[in-house]
Amino acid sequence: MTLITGSADQTAKLWNVETGAQLFTFNFDSPARSVDFAVGDKLAVITTDPFMELNSAIHVKRIAGDPADQSGESVLILKGPQGRINRAVWGPLNRTIISAGEDAIVRIWDTETGKLLKESDKETGHKKTITSLAKAADGSHFLTGSLDKSAKLWDARTLELIKTYVTERPVNAVTMSPLLDHVVLGGGQDASAVTTTDHRAGKFEAKFFDKILQEEIGGVKGHFGPINALAFNPDGKSSIRSYLFFVI
Amino acid sequence: MGDVLIMNEIDATANRLGIDLLQVDLDSIQLPPGEDLGIISDDEDVYEDDDQEVESGFGNIIVVDNLPVVPKEKFEKLEGVIKEDGLWMPVDPETQKSLGYCFIEYNTPQEAELAKEKTNGYKLDRAHIFAVNMFDDFDKFMKVPDEWAPPEHKPYTPGENLQKWLTDEKARDQFVIRSGTDTEVLWNDARHLKPEPVYKRSYWTESFVQWSPLGTYLATVHRQGAAVWGGANTFNRLMRYAHPQVKLIDFSPGEKYLVTYSSHEPSNPRDANRVVINIFDVRTGKVMRDFKGSADEFAVGGTGGVAGVSWPVFRWGGGKDKYFAKLGKNMISVYETESFTLIDKKSLKVENVMDFSWSPTDPIISLFVPELGGGNQPARVSLVQIPSKEELRQKNLFSVSDCKMYWQSSGDYLAVKVDRYTKTKKSTYTGFELFRIKERDIPIEVLELDNKNDKIIAFAWEPKGHRFAVIHGDSPRPDISFYSMRTAQHAGRVSKLTTLKGKQANALFWSPSGRFIVLAGLKGFNGQLEFYNVDELETMATAEHFMATDVEWDPTGRYVATAVTSVHEMENGFNIWSFNGKLLYRTLKDHFFQFLWRPRPPSFLTPEKEEEIAKNLKKYSKKYEAEDQDVSMQLSEQEREKRRSLKNEWEKKISEWKRLHEEEKMERQMLRDGEASDEEEEYEAKEVEVEEVLDVTEEVEE
Repeated sequence: MTLITGSADQTAKLWNVETGAQLFTFNFDSPARSVDFAVGDKLAVITTDPFMELNSAIHVKRIAGDPADQSGESVLILKGPQGRINRAVWGPLNRTIISAGEDAIVRIWDTETGKLLKESDKETGHKKTITSLAKAADGSHFLTGSLDKSAKLWDARTLELIKTYVTERPVNAVTMSPLLDHVVLGGGQDASAVTTTDHRAGKFEAKFFDKILQEEIGGVKGHFGPINALAFNPDGKSSIRSYLFFVI
Repeated sequence: MGDVLIMNEIDATANRLGIDLLQVDLDSIQLPPGEDLGIISDDEDVYEDDDQEVESGFGNIIVVDNLPVVPKEKFEKLEGVIKEDGLWMPVDPETQKSLGYCFIEYNTPQEAELAKEKTNGYKLDRAHIFAVNMFDDFDKFMKVPDEWAPPEHKPYTPGENLQKWLTDEKARDQFVIRSGTDTEVLWNDARHLKPEPVYKRSYWTESFVQWSPLGTYLATVHRQGAAVWGGANTFNRLMRYAHPQVKLIDFSPGEKYLVTYSSHEPSNPRDANRVVINIFDVRTGKVMRDFKGSADEFAVGGTGGVAGVSWPVFRWGGGKDKYFAKLGKNMISVYETESFTLIDKKSLKVENVMDFSWSPTDPIISLFVPELGGGNQPARVSLVQIPSKEELRQKNLFSVSDCKMYWQSSGDYLAVKVDRYTKTKKSTYTGFELFRIKERDIPIEVLELDNKNDKIIAFAWEPKGHRFAVIHGDSPRPDISFYSMRTAQHAGRVSKLTTLKGKQANALFWSPSGRFIVLAGLKGFNGQLEFYNVDELETMATAEHFMATDVEWDPTGRYVATAVTSVHEMENGFNIWSFNGKLLYRTLKDHFFQFLWRPRPPSFLTPEKEEEIAKNLKKYSKKYEAEDQDVSMQLSEQEREKRRSLKNEWEKKISEWKRLHEEEKMERQMLRDGEASDEEEEYEAKEVEVEEVLDVTEEVEE
């Protein structure tokens, strides 16, 4: 099994999960941020940050069956979004790539032609940086979380905005339960502001929402810092949260 | 203020462009004609008004008349009396003598006006008393037609019912909120657990809004002056009041008059600011009286607040907007609104008076004079009847360091908090002088707290009641004590009802109808709230509105609003609670500046009628309970309906996605080189029975 990672050291790497060995390094001219394998694992999408004069970009790489045959060439490079692209994932059947980031716009690109197919509407879409994106298990819909204190549910094929979940804090991480109709949002303040304010002012909670009714069901308290990543345990019954905290 | 938001944007833009805002001469900025940058000015037609400063170019010239007619030789002497430069004394070409009047030009119209005020009526000698007028006024007087023409008869157009909001069938109250650039008036619909909009407008005001005391009008403040709005079902502009650069406003309690205030920088920076105060008749917009002078004259008794004076400068009293009074140096100037002049044409002279306060209901002023001459002359509190200026009651107080007066809302009692020096003069202790105003000879009672060294943090009378609450103590969690002026056991004596120890509270909010109180911990306590029943002396609920900055009861005493304003960066918005501490609903609004309930006028019911209704409350409330029940059922039904339709829509979407997923199955398999690994992505829900042994009991058969 292969793992792909992206790093601020301006590379993305392929690893053998069983042995832990590095298989290949893709080099970029700016920090690599988001990575995702396509269905069938023959393609991967990697995003790079804006750096000096370079704009951010989305790179599509072919993944060879045998690491020895791996090439560093990009099959496709997509440009256009302003600011950082925080997440890029594959759409159903790898026909599309979905990207979201600092300019608050969700975009759907055609993988074949590289053309921009759809863009989220400025009025109804997010108003601030989209920090996170989580796909449904079957890839039919996905959830975005934003610093505008909301999360939105979109149709992956049509980019129709289906649901909006409103909270009181900027959202840093989102995830959907594989079993139940739950959506979890994690957030809080920007990391840079954490040490200068009361821990209650940042209100670092993970909030559970009813996916369909858009209502808050409950929250999990007890964090010292803003939540940056969330994931459900594959059995759908519990989730792990990663958060930032400082001990002085 | 909304200005802050705009200023931040301007600052950011200036920084981006590398412009130092301090170097920019804002007055020289001219918008291209017809360009308004998309910001709608409410008062565009004000620019066409001719009671604004007329751009005649002569606004800074005054005419001094009744000068002695002098030959040229004496000119310099006369000129010396009047002014140095900018003076023109016309001369009769035949006699070479002055004509008896001159023109003086100043740098600004404001200076010219000030000069006119100061010199009009100046007695040069018995025969020559200066008559000084603005040059532009002559034009106005010349235009008066010689023939008197009777005024046009305008047909009567009945105005809207400005009190319509009081007749709301659901007996709801309104409130106004300001957030960002929007000002909105909404109904508090507690049954439906949400506010219902009445009227909303962006840039409705240029700084803040304020209700008139009986709730009839909403006042807005702009660069050119103030305006009031009202109507039957919406808010129309009813009247405008011109007052350039107005900063503060105040209504008379009966809403007849509006007082506006502005402060201007003097031409000589070492002088105090120039203050302009106008008193308008609210309905006609006419200026009844104006006051102009230096800020020193208006800031007696301490400067303070945003504008440098303690506002309101004029305090109203005597009921029916009869009197208004201002604290001056060694005097209290009391004016009456019949003629807008001082009562008896002179102020009430009180040597060293520090503070005064009107009774809320009667024409009585309470005043405080501090200690003088190192203890030779004791401090005193006096009650003075207006207009007779007769002293009704007086008490000398010794070793006083400070004093504060609190009137009870029905004018029944006056509490004077007195801070006294201890014998060593190193610290102070506090006591209260309690005046029973409505009783014969106004008896005074002295009250000391159980621990008289306790610092007093807050004091509040129960509205319309006989009780008061005090927050006192030096520890981080002070105590709260309740007293009554009149209990069954002690009819004529103040007695303590209870002391609550160690509370997280620093502010008191009585319900406007008494009986209930919110003990609030604002600022450092971060929004602790305790809803307390003073009749039963028990807590009804404790709650929290994190970081709350304001607490306000609605005028009926049924609901409490708590708000977090833009003093804080996050959590801006307001909560509505029931009187007993149940949270009804919550609204978040970024950049939240104001929340104000719309006041109600006092009830027209006689006390007898009110008693009758209280007795038969069950009968009256049956009807409302039934309505509440209906609404509540309706709400649940609506809620259920909404959920059903949301679930249905979702089901449709899910099945659509499932269908597509199925269709694409083959292609997916191909992408995986023939591996049918879809199943790995799917999760199975299994119901598992778990047996857990709870308890084991043994039954032994005999």
